[in-house]
Amino acid sequence: MSLWIWLLVACALAYAWKIVGYFVPARFLEDPRTSRIAGTMTIGLLASLTVVNAVVSGQGLAADARLGALAAAAIALVLRAPFLVVVIAGAGAAALLRFLGWS
Amino acid sequence: MKLLASPAVRVGISISIATGLYGISFGALAVTSGLNIWQTMALSLLLFSGGSQFAFIGVVAGGGSGIAAMSAATLLGMRNGIYGMQLNALLRPTGWRKYIGAQLTIDESTATSTGQTDPAEQHRGFWAAGVGVYVLWNLFTAVGALAGSGLGDPKQWGLDGAAVAAFLALLWPRLKGREPIAIAAVCAVATVLAVPFVPPGVPILVAAVVAALVGWFSHGRRDEGLEPDVEPYGSHRPGQQAAGGKLPGLPGAGGMEPGAGA
Repeated sequence: MSLWIWLLVACALAYAWKIVGYFVPARFLEDPRTSRIAGTMTIGLLASLTVVNAVVSGQGLAADARLGALAAAAIALVLRAPFLVVVIAGAGAAALLRFLGWS
Repeated sequence: MKLLASPAVRVGISISIATGLYGISFGALAVTSGLNIWQTMALSLLLFSGGSQFAFIGVVAGGGSGIAAMSAATLLGMRNGIYGMQLNALLRPTGWRKYIGAQLTIDESTATSTGQTDPAEQHRGFWAAGVGVYVLWNLFTAVGALAGSGLGDPKQWGLDGAAVAAFLALLWPRLKGREPIAIAAVCAVATVLAVPFVPPGVPILVAAVVAALVGWFSHGRRDEGLEPDVEPYGSHRPGQQAAGGKLPGLPGAGGMEPGAGA
């Protein structure tokens, strides 16, 4: 049940970010630090989420079929595949490696 | 249809279809990460920001707490505030349009709007992409959630691999140049180092702090990483792409061109 609460808090704060943008004076944009931190944090969070989902298992690290998914997704991205194809490549690689016996 | 003759509306529709379709992967991953169908739909209807939604379920799937999931989603949503400032300066919405438009302020609608030069087209692009993505994203989230809940063991279908691929695909378009790659690498290392010492989900927040510190103390491009994760005009305007190395008009449309943001 507490997941619902945090989920709704996340929804409220997501809207808060969006609406604040419409009420903050445009000159606030001229503070380069604000947009720079928003940008570097976006990169950092997405990189971290990629790593966590690829190699983290609980509080340890694991090398399993998800590494194959990471490699397949990277290849698909280099080949400029659209998002959905990249996701399917990742799923397909992980499923195939498991079928072949690699956890 | 006169509306369909508008280039911004056409781009908005095609981007809506492309983005909406990957709502399937969000819906399926959300239910296999432990959310129920209503929680999954609440994220798409109310939170409505792909990166933050994937972050929320990514933390939950890794065993993280609700508060860690909320924190990661919220930190990732900060860029929407910057988009909001740009769009407010560009479109100057009033009354209810401001409040509805705010909910539709995401990577896709921002990119479609700011990629146009004619003010009328900027308006049409924003609303076409915003409303289009909202409707299709929610529709396909429902499809994915229903399909995902009937799949049985998600690992057998490689859905944990799909999550890895989704995050890499969200990150990829932002890795243009050495600096963003260095930031990504440093944050990846910080995550791995933090894993044994803090509860699940928290390493992501450690990486966010590291990234914020890099942003605070370094002096690179002010819009690093803020190019929306889509390039609606990428193939149509090769000249501008080559010249700018990033989306035309972004995010300068709101503040970097003299006078535009005043």
